[in-house]
Amino acid sequence: MNFRSFLPLFCIFTFFAACQSKSKPEAYACPMKCEEHKTYDHLGTCPVCKMQLVNVAEIEEPVLEEDGISEESIFNLTSSWKTQDNESITLSDLKGDVLIIVMIYTSCEAACPRLVADMRNIKEKTDNPSTKFVLVSIDPKTDTPEKLKAYANEQQLEGDQWILLQGAEDDVREFSNVLSMKYKKISPIDFSHTNIISVFDKNGILAYQQEGLGVSHEKLVNEVKSLNE
Amino acid sequence: MSPLRFLLAVSALAILSQDILGQTSTAMKPVKGGYTLPLYGLDTAKIWVDDFLLDEHAVTNGQYLDFVNNYPEWQKSKVKGIFADAAYLINWKTDLSLGENMNPLAPVTNVSWFAAKAYCACLGKRLPTIDEWELAALASETKANAANDSAFNQQIVASYETPNTYSKPTKSTYKNYWGIYDMHGLIWEWTSDFNSVLISGESRKDGDADRDLFCAGSAINASNLRDYAAFMRYAFRGSIKANYNIQNLGFRCAKTN
Repeated sequence: MNFRSFLPLFCIFTFFAACQSKSKPEAYACPMKCEEHKTYDHLGTCPVCKMQLVNVAEIEEPVLEEDGISEESIFNLTSSWKTQDNESITLSDLKGDVLIIVMIYTSCEAACPRLVADMRNIKEKTDNPSTKFVLVSIDPKTDTPEKLKAYANEQQLEGDQWILLQGAEDDVREFSNVLSMKYKKISPIDFSHTNIISVFDKNGILAYQQEGLGVSHEKLVNEVKSLNE
Repeated sequence: MSPLRFLLAVSALAILSQDILGQTSTAMKPVKGGYTLPLYGLDTAKIWVDDFLLDEHAVTNGQYLDFVNNYPEWQKSKVKGIFADAAYLINWKTDLSLGENMNPLAPVTNVSWFAAKAYCACLGKRLPTIDEWELAALASETKANAANDSAFNQQIVASYETPNTYSKPTKSTYKNYWGIYDMHGLIWEWTSDFNSVLISGESRKDGDADRDLFCAGSAINASNLRDYAAFMRYAFRGSIKANYNIQNLGFRCAKTN
């Protein structure tokens, strides 16, 4: 066997080796995150707060990967979802907005209407267009995009700040685990579930969770406001 | 390029791609489905479980090492924080080597639910559901359903009291009716829907928590040892999160028949 028969093998090895050995260039950023995740390729001072820039590697969090996604970010999830307008999206399409996320199902008569009312209430209080309100169905078999659309109309969740999502059952389970949210199907039409509203920052990192029904939204609203500043 | 060389290159590629795409897959055994009574449900109706296939033993350290070789994103220094906490593969020496005294044939532990899910998915398998796992675990060496066999239940409870069983090799305890090894006795195992166990009974927090699951009332109703062992498993499932990595928690994969 001569060299040429090994050529394809060799190419593949080089390809994989190349992927793994790519080293990151040095980058510097403001320690106060005045310009969020903007980095410079040389030392200097932050144009906003005048502090000395530091090596990004020394800033503990968020650690941004080459694709600009922190390793704690929900944008690492690759699952694909359908919106109430039957558009396909991945979670990373929501990057850049503060996200307020709750998991519900539309045939729910007890807790979910109250959770949705909470979401409407939070929207009024935060009043910021760069905040998205995401409702993820835990009953994807029933909650088709059409059903979600009808639910949005019925619950007055109108405008592009409201996003209702249907996903594959597996992906819904995975997402619930990211939120540490528990749910269980207890009959063909009913689920039991924990009531959690989660707030994610613009990079998809969990910033705050509010547990329970009928609790005060004050902390959550303040958190959303500070994330939007 | 001569046809012979071409053939050689293609077959070398085939071997290589097999090495990249798949690790040794564990033999699977069919388990007959049926109605099963879950430990606890809000309605007492029995739950139907379809026939399914289950790995005959838990995923081993050696098999997991192959997996991280093929999928570097699951190596311990590279895994993303959202998918596994700091205890992930904590006893491994490096990304690609087991710790000293770790048996390649012992079940892999200190793996998160996300990691277990990814492992099974890359073999075209999935994690078993709680109901499937519990159904397969009902079987003793001789009976498909040994729920009322007190000696068998005694063994399960005794195994829970034995420390460090996770370091023993797979296939070192018993082989059950379905031909599946070590359902009890080595480790506890991830299930796909482990987070369907709601233990917080506080009504402010949960719409309909399985509140009777852990309070004294239902413990009194637990009439035999089988319930006692199952209570422990359900309590454990209810207390963990998907990015946890625990010393005595591993997994095996399932597949729809």
